[in-house]
Amino acid sequence: MEDNELLVKVENLSKKFCKDLKTSLWYGVKDLYANVLGNKEERTLRPEEFWAVKDINFELRRGECLGLIGHNGAGKSTLLKILNGLINPDEGKVTIKGRVGALIELGAGFNGILSGRENIYNNGAVLGFTKKEIDAKVEEIINFAEIREFIDMPVKNYSSGMKVRLGFAVAAQMEPDVLIIDEVLAVGDLGFVLKCFKTIDTILPNTAIVFVSHSMPMISRICSQIILMENGLANFQGENVSRGIDLYYHKFITQEDSQVVFTDNSIELKQAWIEGVKEVNGLFSIPWASEIVLHFTIRNKKLVKTPFISLAIYDKEQRAVAEVIPDNQEFKNIEKDAEINFSVKVNKLYLSKGIYNITFTASEDIGFNVYYKIHKAVTLKIEHDKQIWTPFLLESELVEVKKISNV
Amino acid sequence: MQLETKTYQKENNSNIVKLIKESFSDMVSSRFLAKQLALRDIKAQYRQSYLGIIWAFITPLTTAFVWIILNKTGTITLTDTGIPYPIYAFSGTLLWSIITESINSPMSNTKGAGGILSKINFPKEALLVSGVYKLLFNSAIKIVLLLVFLGIFGVGYHSSLLLFPLAFLGAIFFGTTIGLFITPIGMLYNDIAKIISMGLGFLMYVTPVVYAIPKEGLMKTLMEANPLTPIILTARDFAVGQSPEYLIYYLWTILACIPLFFVGLVFYRISIPIIVERMSA
Repeated sequence: MEDNELLVKVENLSKKFCKDLKTSLWYGVKDLYANVLGNKEERTLRPEEFWAVKDINFELRRGECLGLIGHNGAGKSTLLKILNGLINPDEGKVTIKGRVGALIELGAGFNGILSGRENIYNNGAVLGFTKKEIDAKVEEIINFAEIREFIDMPVKNYSSGMKVRLGFAVAAQMEPDVLIIDEVLAVGDLGFVLKCFKTIDTILPNTAIVFVSHSMPMISRICSQIILMENGLANFQGENVSRGIDLYYHKFITQEDSQVVFTDNSIELKQAWIEGVKEVNGLFSIPWASEIVLHFTIRNKKLVKTPFISLAIYDKEQRAVAEVIPDNQEFKNIEKDAEINFSVKVNKLYLSKGIYNITFTASEDIGFNVYYKIHKAVTLKIEHDKQIWTPFLLESELVEVKKISNV
Repeated sequence: MQLETKTYQKENNSNIVKLIKESFSDMVSSRFLAKQLALRDIKAQYRQSYLGIIWAFITPLTTAFVWIILNKTGTITLTDTGIPYPIYAFSGTLLWSIITESINSPMSNTKGAGGILSKINFPKEALLVSGVYKLLFNSAIKIVLLLVFLGIFGVGYHSSLLLFPLAFLGAIFFGTTIGLFITPIGMLYNDIAKIISMGLGFLMYVTPVVYAIPKEGLMKTLMEANPLTPIILTARDFAVGQSPEYLIYYLWTILACIPLFFVGLVFYRISIPIIVERMSA
């Protein structure tokens, strides 16, 4: 395999910020002075300061994509600003080769009073294009943005989606060597997101990308390396993207109590567990593709007949991924003030690696007259070695490879 | 194809000559951007305004107008200036407004670009150049007005008028140099902008803007020590055809400005990342 050239090299990078505004301004004056003298001294934390980024190291070659994930305030955007040359490091060194493009703010340089067309020239100029380059690409940009009808209207009348489409259209025409993306893909409708992915897929082989996102599916889709940042430090770093994502999710597990969404006080869920699995830190860990039996113990207060039980499975990002509607449900007579246990067997659970919450619903019949609904009745952790970005990993095997003919 | 390599680190190892060269090369490479920014701001300023262009020169006109009335009605007595007083006053206030605008230009342009400064990396010199373009545009309007007045008040057009552009470009050069030095601190503390504006208000009275330098006394010393004096006087003399008495002083001032300009440019350039970090944008 050919050796791709090293485009981004970050060594021992650190950056500090000040918490208090007035102190920050005063430090700014002192820094201006030190800057003129060459910044030779080592920097330690002055009062009210903290390390926003500390000791970050990585290398990125052409064709590789680095995912930066972490909690809000971990230092991701600060790191991007340093890579982009907007602020100076307090320690360490960044070496970047080639043209740097940034999708950080898509409407940068836009002025509301001017028309879309005029703003294409403005935005392009800010990004570093020459007039000739913009002239050559302006039609392509308008096509890409799909706002030809409104291109001569003042930008302040655009919807935010139109602005973002226009900004991305201009930025996408850049053919940078290093591309820095900061969560811009969170905005915009589905069409826009799909278009962004398509563009990124096209330019990825020729570019080194640094991608910041809170959307794990996006990260696992395009990144080949990952850094999990926490309070400025690189908590996890490497090529095992799924492990990094896993650790990220782990940080957000709280001992959340289940939430009753709806109840008419006819029943109450007392306990829920999985047979044969021990609950550790509120999680039931089960291997992928296993068969499980869930138990739900309810206290019946007012019902005369057994309710209809159904479950819904939600992933960590609160998206519904599956429903469980058990067969063999009969409506038997039950006594008031009795505790009743329901056992539900699920065959071959093909959920992919990750954490899922189960919502328990008791109703009069399927989808009709809900008595009781509770989120996070059970929290599952599916274990597997492969981290994928879809909720399901189906079981399969390669059956046959056969030669058809000679060419 | 050779790729440009950029290094970002804490230690600032470049020497001043290298920084000056980088600064100028950035100015050249960002010509288009500077023009776009200037066009954008000029259009934005006047597109949503009915009176539009008038606002560019209304303030110096009204200031001069007040002084003309005061003089004409005898409320105050001013020494004779050798040319019709209205011309003296108008030319003074118009030139003074050009100087104050050029002092404020680097800071106001950098402040105005707060949004893009903290998000996109572009040659910051473009902000300075676009500021100069806007200055030239606004000044052009004022100069046209001045030329009209020269005709109306019977001063006529002299050949020294051809040298007038040089004088007024010198004024812009001088003002921009001062502006470059005050911008970095001015971006951190709002006080600076207010102090400057207050200071310039006072400074106008120790500059021969609306009255001439007295023959003797404290005012004479102060006014002659003020470097803005020769600029205003020389520019006005070129415009009205009087012999420029302070020409040598003016040339020395501009000459002294040249190295300061380079230093200011470099100071601005290396200070930008620090300002961006601390800016409340």
